[in-house]
Amino acid sequence: MKNEGEAAKRPDNTAFTQQRLPAWQPILSAGIVIPSFLLIGLAFIGIGIGLFLTSQTIQVWEMDYTGFEKDSPCFRCTILSNQNCTCEVTFSLSTLFSVKSSYFPSDCSPYAYDSEKNPIVPCGAIANSIFNDTFELYQIINGTKKQVPLDGKGISWWTDYNIKYRNPSSVNSSFAKSFDGTVKPINWPKPAYELDLTDPNNNGFLNQDFLVWMRRAALPQFRKLYRRITDGDYAAGLPAGNYSLKVHYNYPVLSFDGRKKVVFSNVSWMGGKNDFLGIAYLVVGSLCVVMSVVMLVVYAKFKFSDDDDDA
Amino acid sequence: MQCPNCSNCPERRRVQSRCVRRRRLLCGGDEKRVDSRTIYVGHRPCPDTEAFIPSKFCDNRIVSSKYTVWNFLPKNLFEQFRRIANFYFLIIFLVQVSELSSFIICNTEKDLQALPATIECEQPQPDLYKFVGRMHIYKPEQEPAVRSLGPENLLLKGATLKNTKKIYGVAVYTGMETKMALNYQGKSQKRSAVEKSINAFLLVYLCILISKAVVCTTLKYVWQSKEGQDEPWYNQKTQKEKDTNMYLKMFTDFLSFMVLFNFIIPVSMYVTVEMQKFLGSFFITWDKDFFDPEIQEGALVNTSDLNEELGQVEYVFTDKTGTLTQNNMEFIECCIDGFQYKHRDTRCELDGFTVTDEPVNKLQQKAGQEKEELFLRALCLCHTVQVKEAGSEEVLTDQVDGIDGMQPQPEEERGFIASSPDEIALVRGAMEYGFTFLGLESKSMKIKNRENNIEEYKLLHVLNFDPVRRRMSVIVQTKSGETLLFCKGADSSIFPRVKPEEVDRIRMHVERNATEGYRTLCVAYKQLSAEEYAVADTGLREARLTLQDREQKLMAMYNQVETGMSLIGATAVEDRLQEEAAETMEALQGAGMKVWVLTGDKMETAKSTCYACRLFQRGTELLELTVRTLEDGRLKREEKLLELLRDYHRRAVQDAPPVKAGVTRSWSTANQDYGFIIDGATLSLMMNPPREADASQYRSLFLQICQNCTAVLCCRMAPLQKAQIVKMVKNSKGSPITLSIGDGANDVSMILEAHVGIGIKGKEGRQAVRNSDYAIPKLKHLKKLLLAHGHLYYVRIAHLVQYFFYKNLCFILPQFLYQFFCGYSQQPLYDAAYLTMYNICFTSMPILAYSLLEQHISMEILLDNAALYREIANNAMLRWRPFLYWTVLGIFQGLLFFFGVRFLFSNPALQDNGQVFGNWSYGTIVFTVLVFTVTLKLALDTRHWTWINHFVIWGSLAFYVFFSFFWGGIIWPFLKQQRLYFVFANMLSSVSAWLVIIILILLSLLPEILLVVLRKPRGPHSRQVYLFLPFPF
Repeated sequence: MKNEGEAAKRPDNTAFTQQRLPAWQPILSAGIVIPSFLLIGLAFIGIGIGLFLTSQTIQVWEMDYTGFEKDSPCFRCTILSNQNCTCEVTFSLSTLFSVKSSYFPSDCSPYAYDSEKNPIVPCGAIANSIFNDTFELYQIINGTKKQVPLDGKGISWWTDYNIKYRNPSSVNSSFAKSFDGTVKPINWPKPAYELDLTDPNNNGFLNQDFLVWMRRAALPQFRKLYRRITDGDYAAGLPAGNYSLKVHYNYPVLSFDGRKKVVFSNVSWMGGKNDFLGIAYLVVGSLCVVMSVVMLVVYAKFKFSDDDDDA
Repeated sequence: MQCPNCSNCPERRRVQSRCVRRRRLLCGGDEKRVDSRTIYVGHRPCPDTEAFIPSKFCDNRIVSSKYTVWNFLPKNLFEQFRRIANFYFLIIFLVQVSELSSFIICNTEKDLQALPATIECEQPQPDLYKFVGRMHIYKPEQEPAVRSLGPENLLLKGATLKNTKKIYGVAVYTGMETKMALNYQGKSQKRSAVEKSINAFLLVYLCILISKAVVCTTLKYVWQSKEGQDEPWYNQKTQKEKDTNMYLKMFTDFLSFMVLFNFIIPVSMYVTVEMQKFLGSFFITWDKDFFDPEIQEGALVNTSDLNEELGQVEYVFTDKTGTLTQNNMEFIECCIDGFQYKHRDTRCELDGFTVTDEPVNKLQQKAGQEKEELFLRALCLCHTVQVKEAGSEEVLTDQVDGIDGMQPQPEEERGFIASSPDEIALVRGAMEYGFTFLGLESKSMKIKNRENNIEEYKLLHVLNFDPVRRRMSVIVQTKSGETLLFCKGADSSIFPRVKPEEVDRIRMHVERNATEGYRTLCVAYKQLSAEEYAVADTGLREARLTLQDREQKLMAMYNQVETGMSLIGATAVEDRLQEEAAETMEALQGAGMKVWVLTGDKMETAKSTCYACRLFQRGTELLELTVRTLEDGRLKREEKLLELLRDYHRRAVQDAPPVKAGVTRSWSTANQDYGFIIDGATLSLMMNPPREADASQYRSLFLQICQNCTAVLCCRMAPLQKAQIVKMVKNSKGSPITLSIGDGANDVSMILEAHVGIGIKGKEGRQAVRNSDYAIPKLKHLKKLLLAHGHLYYVRIAHLVQYFFYKNLCFILPQFLYQFFCGYSQQPLYDAAYLTMYNICFTSMPILAYSLLEQHISMEILLDNAALYREIANNAMLRWRPFLYWTVLGIFQGLLFFFGVRFLFSNPALQDNGQVFGNWSYGTIVFTVLVFTVTLKLALDTRHWTWINHFVIWGSLAFYVFFSFFWGGIIWPFLKQQRLYFVFANMLSSVSAWLVIIILILLSLLPEILLVVLRKPRGPHSRQVYLFLPFPF
């Protein structure tokens, strides 16, 4: 007993052990909350107006070319339901498209090996189901078609193209040799090293379309960037006029009730057209203002009892 | 050891009998139907008995540890799994096998070596104050002599010898059959109410988890049953998938969804809660206010599991002696023949309420010397005090109060030992007036009178104290042959037996002393003529030897002898209260706690202590339920009991104005206060009535009365009865949280039984401290322990629990919602790193810091306003309402996070160059909003920002940002997929992502801010309170 008594010492008298650390004790009083609500509300309304107006200035032209409806110019392709069908859409106008699909397998199975156990490159369901419709855009000037150059560079993330994905180094200065012993994905008409015959730097894993596709969409209804119109006469944007869009219809969507759309749009500092953000800011901003007024009324009735006490 | 299957049995009696039966089966198998046992002294067969059957008694081993080698695994597993999600073991493996001798009947004769004798006694039973037995001593060619044995012949386990080297005795009960062992309660692991709430919440969340998984699985198969969706061309099944059974597939799908959503069950909460409890309990040990310079010790925390329970106490059961009082009697004054003698020297400190308005000059007026000396002789003779020789061993202090009591007084050369400290005080008091008791030697008492002459008296009879008579007497013979009876006792028991004119002179003094909180005794004497004495002598001897109804016969005899006395004076003795005892009790009552005093002491003593502690006040109407009030010629005891219970029930419950909800009792209102007094005998009658059927009726009446009483006093309690009371209250309606506080070994069972057991590091040894959950040096520390520490701990842990559930709900809800947008393919919304790090790194530290440091109300205010304790009464912060609030908040925020980002992603071209964001960007935006919202929500709740809070809250957010950059900034060689590569950086390059993050955080917190602000103006008086209440419910 005595040892215990001697061993036990007087507890340390520090601010921490005595739970007396200096502390800031903020109190959300009306004097702080009402003005800050008002300020936040006004700021939000400002941002909201900016967002909304920006969104309004973005032009969007979109068209469903699934071909499900009989009057659709691509109706024929859905009946043929085979590949290498083309359809032409003439429209007047604005570079984005959307395909509805839903799938999220995360590993390569069952698209890792073919029936002969040869590895599929690139493997996986995502790669296998790459979107393979292609588009050609023509401006119709006095009845003649003038092709609008579509820029496929830089549509994927810079890091994806430059760091994340790597092509195998060429074997005997032949890029194709490096893919020896592998097979192309089942649904692909061409192997990976022949994705873009026009540009040797856009092949293999470093194909821009492939990279865009491999960045998996978040939602079942999604858009992906296809091309930009940046070159030549159209650098400033598509002038008003009649256009024709030639679609190489390859991608089957009807089996899962999918739809395909082509979208022409410009972008702003906030990205593509999206009214949601502007409206949300306007709503929340006005909500804050309204609430600050309500609180002001409530506190007027209670005669700012808190502020008096605080002062 | 407790009978394993009685822990939850509602009927105590049946439990006990079962336990006892079990023990008998284990120990004395041949005694099953016998009511008494026979012990052969020295194991020698006795000539007259028919046959010597060596009976089997249990061995003298007492297992006081919770586990034995054999039951450790099953019992421990059971204890551990009472907590639903306990994955780890707290390995406490204590096997203490103490070998200690137990009940011994003492006999001081030396030639016992060959004593042929048997002892017949009752079967082991836990009542410490009861023992009935007789001893047969066989002498050759003679009738066996029979001696009666009572509780005074019995030594309890743990008793120590005081003024003799050795004694001879016979062990009658051994091992687990000793009365102390029977009074020992098995220590079962205590679980706090918070833990029970956690378990309930956990069940809710488990249901949510399972229903989420079921919903997803069902919808998955509903969706897949549609044409073209089961196996689209882009996502064909493997051969294995096609071959597996549909139901098996469903089951595996269900399991995968469970895995996906399992983060909703906050496993990390258990770790955090344990850490919080463990670290938090240090604040009790560290508190310098709990440090007592006298014993050089601070508070001791034996368990960290119950910190928050300290904030939930509804019933306080306190021991009296040594807890409320210092067990340190002091002779204050006496009154001889109507004249006041006040002995005050420098040693006596003036206590607040001892100041008298009586002019001290009365000291000058004295009674005649003859009367004075007679009174002092009476004080010196009428007691059972023994003198301890100076310089003898320091006395071990593991004692039972009421039976032993010992005042080591170093400044006095003479020590006294007595069963009651009052007696010592009286003998000391006489000493101060010149009469010294020198001791008792072979039936002769020696006293030294004022002239330093030794007077010798022959002690003829001691008429022991008992609670019904409430007095004791001695019959002595003086040298000159006079036979004198001295009697001292409570005024109410003495006054009717003396001449009325004497009473009038003294009554005033007695009453004044009593109202001052002193323990008063009146002293009377009478001279016995030879004939009178002869009658009394034979009567007493006869009564002592009867086996049947011995008590009643003795009582009748005592009453017969103690008549026609003359009153010579009265004494006032003070049992000094513990420091700040009254303030502490007042604070506890102010905090809405009901204080019950459980004591082994006499009723009067206990009652005066209650008055002194302000538990009973002047206006308190006392409802008494004691042996005395049950004495009624007409009715049987149990009938009278029922009648009284009904009567009290009518007065205290039915006629009382309805109690307002929430506030149990306002002591400031003019309502009549009731105090309830019950003694051990009545309690046992009530708990075990002759007719089993009445028990529940008695109990419910009793409990209802007690609930409406401000204070309850239970006197003459055996340790187990204390525990019984605690257990009864604990299991009553609403299962209130109970706290027991005591300092002695006799409080151990009560300390173990209550939800929270507090030991006082008092004079009575360490047993209570060892068995307690918390030990404090003084009673006064209880106030801070409960009102400040307990309150804060409760608020902290309740907030911690709710916050954990909330943060995991709004963490996993988006993941669940995402399944609707990914074809129920079990695609996680967040990256695996985020999933694991969320609870471990990003959101764990702020809440841990909060749960250790938060003081929503400062300690001073908590201590000043005891009523604040009521704000959190009845588990207020962990009821279903606040739980619902937090759940709704979690759901609201989860929905907001998911759909806010979902609408933004209706056009995923969020960068100014038209590049699109994918699913990992989606998840990262949601996760960023989540981490910030959840952390800022905690920041909003924090009322006490120390630098640590600032550090961990802002540090966590900074760490999240830093980690995300780091995690996405490097190609990690060990990862198969670099999913998050530059996702976070890319997200921050998009203005839209910034804007959506800001608006979602603000919108999620908006209702919270509004509630905090709008809740405030609720009348001026509540301001101080609501200012500090951070929680909008």
